[in-house]
Amino acid sequence: MLRRKIARHAFAIVATVLLGGLLSSALVRLAPGFDVDESQLDPHLNSESIRALHQARLEQHNLYRFYFHSLQRAAHGDLGTSISLGQPVSQLLRERAPLTLRLVGIGLLLSWAMAMALALSAAWLRVSAYDALTTAISGTFLCIPAAVLALLSVLWNVPGALAIGLIVFPRVYRYARNLLAKAYSLPHIITARAKGLSELRILFWHVVPVAGPQLLAVAGVSVSLAVGAAIPVEALCGLAGVGQLAWQAALARDLPLLTNLTILVTLVTLLANSSAEVIGHMLRGQEA
Amino acid sequence: MTGSMNFSRLNFSRTRVWRTLACAVLLLVVSVSLAANWLAPAGYAKQYREAADAAPSHAHWLGTDEIGRDRFARVLYGTRISLLLAPAAALLSTLMAALVGGLAGYLGGAWARGAMAVTDLFLSLPWLFLLITVRALMPLNVSPLVSVLVTFLMLGLLGWTSAARVLCSTAGSLRDSDFVRQAKASGIRGARLFWIHVLPNLKPVLYAQFWISIPAFILSEANLGILGLGVAEPMPSWGSLLKELEGLVSVGEEPWKFVPLILLVVVVTSFQLVLSKQEELSA
Repeated sequence: MLRRKIARHAFAIVATVLLGGLLSSALVRLAPGFDVDESQLDPHLNSESIRALHQARLEQHNLYRFYFHSLQRAAHGDLGTSISLGQPVSQLLRERAPLTLRLVGIGLLLSWAMAMALALSAAWLRVSAYDALTTAISGTFLCIPAAVLALLSVLWNVPGALAIGLIVFPRVYRYARNLLAKAYSLPHIITARAKGLSELRILFWHVVPVAGPQLLAVAGVSVSLAVGAAIPVEALCGLAGVGQLAWQAALARDLPLLTNLTILVTLVTLLANSSAEVIGHMLRGQEA
Repeated sequence: MTGSMNFSRLNFSRTRVWRTLACAVLLLVVSVSLAANWLAPAGYAKQYREAADAAPSHAHWLGTDEIGRDRFARVLYGTRISLLLAPAAALLSTLMAALVGGLAGYLGGAWARGAMAVTDLFLSLPWLFLLITVRALMPLNVSPLVSVLVTFLMLGLLGWTSAARVLCSTAGSLRDSDFVRQAKASGIRGARLFWIHVLPNLKPVLYAQFWISIPAFILSEANLGILGLGVAEPMPSWGSLLKELEGLVSVGEEPWKFVPLILLVVVVTSFQLVLSKQEELSA
C-alpha cells in the first residue's frame, strides 16, 4: 500500500516536472522577443557568421525537438547557459543553492517555532483575549507584503532567515491554531482533562497524533511558501541565492535560466509536499 | 449556560462591530481615492523641482519624492489604481475558477482529473515565483498604462487555480445531489442544467473566493512593484509607492514615507475582516 503510494507520488512528480518543462518551453517560445539575437545586428559580423548564428537558432523552432534536446542535455548535467550572466546554469545553481537552502531551512524552523509557540499557548490557555492577541499579531504580519518585510529586515539589520520566518509564520500559525483548537475540542481530550491528565501528556499522547498528519501537510506547503519568500528576501537583502538569481533572470528576461529555475523549484515543492503526505500516511498507518 | 450565551452574544456583537468598522474604512478609502482628481488636481506626475524630497508641509501634506512629485497625490491615485484593479482581477480569476473548476466538477471523470492536473501544476509553484516568471515572459519596457493592465491581468489569469480546486469539489458534490438528479429526470441537461441549477449553488463559494482574491492580489501587486516587475513609472500603485522604503536609513528619519504601508495594512486588514463573514457564508 505504502509502496504503491510512493510510486504514485514519484510518477506524479516526474509527470508534473515533464509537463511543466514543456509548458515553460512553450511559453518561452511564445514570449515576445523570442528568436531575436542582438548579435545578428553586429556590423563586425559577415554574412556567413550571421547565417551560422541563424542556423544555430533553427533547432529552437520546433518546440518538441527543442524540448527533447533540452531534456537530453539536462540528463547529462548541461542545463544550458544563462543569457544575462553568460555562465552555465548548473554552475550558477551549484554556487547559489547552498545559501538558499540554509536561508529557507532556518526560516522554516523559525516560522514553525513562532507559530507553534503561539498556537499551542493559545490552545492551552483558552483565554479569548490571548487568542485575539495572537491572531492579531499573525494577522498583522499576514497583511504586510513579503517584500516590505524584506526591506524592513534590511533597515533593522535583521538576518534574512528571520525575514523568511516572519513571512511564513502567519500562514503556518493560521492552520496550526485551527488544527490544534479542533483537536483540543475533541471529546476524548475533554475526558482526559476531566481525569486530571497533565497538559504535556494530553499534548503528546492525544493531540499530536490527531493533528500530526495534517500539520505535516502544512509543513509540506510551508516549504513552498518559504521558497517563494526567498525571492524578495534575497533580492532586497542582497543575498546571492537562487531567489536573487530568479529575480535577476526575470528582470533581464533570461528565459533559459528562468525555465530551469522554474523546473527546479517545482521539483523541490513537489518533493516536499509528497514527502509530507507519505510520512503522514505512515503515521496514520502506525496509529491504525 | 446563560453566561456562555451572553459571552457568545458579546463575542458576536464585537465581531459585527469590527466588520462594520472594516466596511466603513474600505468605503472611506475608496471614496477618498475616487475623489483624487478633486483632492489633488495637479495629478500624480507633476514635478515640483524646487521642492524635491521635501518634508510634509501645507502645500504637500506627505512631502514630495526625490524628483519632486507630491506624495499625497501619488498615494491617492495609487490607492485608486490598486483598489479598482485588484477587484477587477479578482472578478476575472473568480470567473475563470467558476468556468474551469465548476465545469470540471460538474462534468466529472477525465475532465475533472485533467483540470485538477493543470491546477496542481500551477499550485506546485510558489505564487511569487510563478508571477515573476510569467511577468518576465512579457515585455518589461512598456507604457505605464500597459504595465498596469499587464500586471493586474496576469494576477487575474493566474490566480484562479486554488479557487478552481474548491469549486471543482463543490460542483462534484452538487452533481450527485438529489435536486440535480431530479432536474436531469425532468429533462434538463447540459449547459442549461449547469447554468440554472449548478452555478447558482456555487455562488457562496464564488463570493468567498472573490473576497479572498482581492487582498491577495493587492499584496501580490505590492510585491511585484517593490521588485521592479509591477506598474511602471510614473504611474503610481501601492507597489511603486512602497519601493521608496528601499532608500530609508532609519524609521524615525522620514516616518511619512510609511503612510502607503500603513494604508495598505489597514485596507488589507479590513478586507480580511470582511472576508471572515464571507467565509462563514460559504461554510
